[in-house]
Amino acid sequence: MTETRSNVPAETRRDDPVLLPPVDIVEDDTGITVYADLPGVPKDKLAVRVDRESLTIEGEISFGLPEKMDAVLAEVQAPRYRRSFTLSRELDTDKCDAVFKDGVLKLRIPKVEHAKPRRIEVKVG
Amino acid sequence: MFPSFFAPAGDLFAELDRLSRDMQQLFDGLPVNIRAGRRGGFPALNIGYTPSSVEVYAFAPGVDPQRIKVEIHKGVLTIEGERASDLPPASDKVNVYANERMAGSFKRVISLPDDIDPAQVDATYRDGLLHISIKRRADAQPRRIAIH
Repeated sequence: MTETRSNVPAETRRDDPVLLPPVDIVEDDTGITVYADLPGVPKDKLAVRVDRESLTIEGEISFGLPEKMDAVLAEVQAPRYRRSFTLSRELDTDKCDAVFKDGVLKLRIPKVEHAKPRRIEVKVG
Repeated sequence: MFPSFFAPAGDLFAELDRLSRDMQQLFDGLPVNIRAGRRGGFPALNIGYTPSSVEVYAFAPGVDPQRIKVEIHKGVLTIEGERASDLPPASDKVNVYANERMAGSFKRVISLPDDIDPAQVDATYRDGLLHISIKRRADAQPRRIAIH
């Protein structure tokens, strides 16, 4: 009974110009791991908000720009990343663990104990 | 004739993505560098010129800076490297729901203005952002001529 999270990657709020960070999402028996690319975001400008129902990753690109610079190419066109997901109840959002290094966020959300897969013994009647 | 040969089944979204990019280019009307490739290359690049330098910002998260090769040859800047995948090997115990992050080798090529000085380049990697600053030659700087 691991497949109970069909509603997980549902993005919301896409009104103002923000970048959608690319993600990898992996589930195993004990939880879900989310990797997100947020290059140019220093640690203090990253906000990861988790509550029982949703996960929001937000980051602001911040680095020193020289004065009097004319942009000749801008593939990154907004200074902010944002992406939200809805979570399902078997995830234990109180025990999240986040690591942010070189612009990559790794967020681990474990499952609550009783949601981990259990083999059901089938008795012969 | 064999459309599936060129657009493998299941690639509909990639195709829509390409279409929307083509449309955008149509409306933007901006000329595109011949080496730009398809939009969305890795790392994404922002480039700016100042009177004294060319500033290149490459958005390359999660790359070991020791393994990024930055080279200037004949006025062309090449950024090359490799990024390992964070996904675990496929197994029946693991479900992968999203796999959007680039993995594998990458290369971006940028042509630089004529007056750059390939001997004065500074590259730093921080927060997943590679910043390459290339000075322009002093003799190419605008200089105010004093009138006596």
